[in-house]
Amino acid sequence: MKKAVVIPLVIFLALAALLAVGLNLNPTEVPSPLIGKPLPEFSAPQLHDPEQVFSSEQIKGQVSVLNVFASWCIPCRQEHPFLAALAQRGIAPIYGLSYKDQREDARAWLARFGDVYAGIAYDIEGRIGLDLGVYGVPETFIIDKHGIVRYKHVGPIDARTLNEVLIPWIERLRNEA
Amino acid sequence: MDRATAQRGLIWPLLLLLLLPSLAPAALDGFDAPEQEARFRALSQELRCLGCQGQSIADSNADLANDMKREVRRLILEGRSDAEIRDFMVARYGDFVLFRPPVKGSTYFLWFGPFALLAVGLISWFVLARRRRAVAADVVLSAAERQRLAELLAAERKPEENP
Repeated sequence: MKKAVVIPLVIFLALAALLAVGLNLNPTEVPSPLIGKPLPEFSAPQLHDPEQVFSSEQIKGQVSVLNVFASWCIPCRQEHPFLAALAQRGIAPIYGLSYKDQREDARAWLARFGDVYAGIAYDIEGRIGLDLGVYGVPETFIIDKHGIVRYKHVGPIDARTLNEVLIPWIERLRNEA
Repeated sequence: MDRATAQRGLIWPLLLLLLLPSLAPAALDGFDAPEQEARFRALSQELRCLGCQGQSIADSNADLANDMKREVRRLILEGRSDAEIRDFMVARYGDFVLFRPPVKGSTYFLWFGPFALLAVGLISWFVLARRRRAVAADVVLSAAERQRLAELLAAERKPEENP
């Protein structure tokens, strides 16, 4: 083939590939600057008992999951059974951050759908959420043994995310030194 | 003066009365000084509301935008600089939170890509144009070809000479 034909063809294919990648990216997924950094320190009243404090210290020491949820969040309802399935496996404790919710609403929601959390911090103002860079509920963080945030999932967890992403991540981190 | 005229005369002073609030000094909106309020407005214009991507937090009334505005307000009142406040948001939400992303390794393509593409286009256009001109100048005609060219030109000129 002649150069005059090949070059525009290559340019066209390169451009088409670039646009195809761009079209298939999810624009609502923003990479978190928190990945690879220590979980921000926080302490807040516990959801179930305002007298007790839940602190980020409690999350450190073992591979853990931190899930941001709210009773007003419809996708949270959708992901809940998958969180329950993860809790059932017992490979990592799941901590909760009750985000911008009324205490009674959050507790009623848990009573209805099941409380899968090993501990829940109550963040009515969204201050902790802001420190964690939360911009859409639900969000799920995986934290390694040293308290470093290693993975963040934005949006509801489905069967595929659970089995192909979250569980492999947790297993890998559990095997790390 | 009849009643209608009197009423009409009253309308203007009453309407002017409505303008009075605009004469009051601009509300400080919880800030200590007008320049703090100005900084707050400028900063909220350049921070993106991540929940509602096309908008700045100034333009949005979403919950998250309001939280971010509250945080910007708090930081200004604490006496932090604009750069510190921007860094605070970037540490939490990443560069994407800025409408004007910083120039660095991962954003070189974003900043310079369009200019690079333009340069590539101009250079290839220039090269092609030069090559075409060179080709046109380099053509050497054989004797037979020159003969034929002369015939063609003569045939073309004839109708003009004898209309």
